[in-house]
Amino acid sequence: MDHLSSYLVLSAILFCLGLYTVVTRRNAVAILMGVELILNAANINFVAFSKFVTHDLDGHLISVFIIMLAAAEAAVALAIILNLYNDRGHINVDEANALKQ
Amino acid sequence: MADFLFWMIWALIVASAALVAFGNNLIHSVFALMGTFLGVAGIYIFLNADFLAVTQIVVYVGGILVLLIFGIMLTNQISSAQISQSSVQKGLGFVVVLGLLAIILSAVLPHDWVGSTLPMAFEETVSGIGYLLFTDYLILFEIASVLLLGALIGAATLARKEL
Repeated sequence: MDHLSSYLVLSAILFCLGLYTVVTRRNAVAILMGVELILNAANINFVAFSKFVTHDLDGHLISVFIIMLAAAEAAVALAIILNLYNDRGHINVDEANALKQ
Repeated sequence: MADFLFWMIWALIVASAALVAFGNNLIHSVFALMGTFLGVAGIYIFLNADFLAVTQIVVYVGGILVLLIFGIMLTNQISSAQISQSSVQKGLGFVVVLGLLAIILSAVLPHDWVGSTLPMAFEETVSGIGYLLFTDYLILFEIASVLLLGALIGAATLARKEL
């Protein structure tokens, strides 16, 4: 608990689970959940390095801005997903390929 | 005692994030995500980040999670509580992600981070964050306010009935 590596392993696992969610899910809301996992993994790294390596508050500040960005991104993404559902009747991202034709 | 608590939270985060990634029911995944967010807030407390822990609970659990549940409720026929979700290319994705995890761990763990053996002692961070926010990070703070306004207007415009 007082060593950097336990936090780095945790955030690596969290990042990989988030990436797996983003890559394999078809539901757009589930993909959004994967993005949140990835952002949380990045936040853990920032704060852990801030405590163990740099000993200042810069990592905390970056984490605050990442949380703010995640909130803005979730709001806009859900508005887009609602429009997709009104248009198609589903939110499967692999079938939303109208721009390909 | 603190050590035991740390590893419990560690296991909670990994288990609930695995449920988010591998679960078949979308509702179960969202509630597992709440476990992940609360666990990460606990990890912030172990990392001396008291302000971030509270922000994590308020913004993620109180805001983003509710938004995600609204998104699920508005995009599915709620005739049954069973909202299934499917995945594509599970095997290939799993192998690639597992390889990536191995690469990250083999790069990060053997490295000798400077000062990684002496953690900073706990001191409250709120006043320090507030001071930095209005000195070194003032530009970022102003840009963030404009970005939030843009996201607010954009989301409201996109979600209207008549687009």
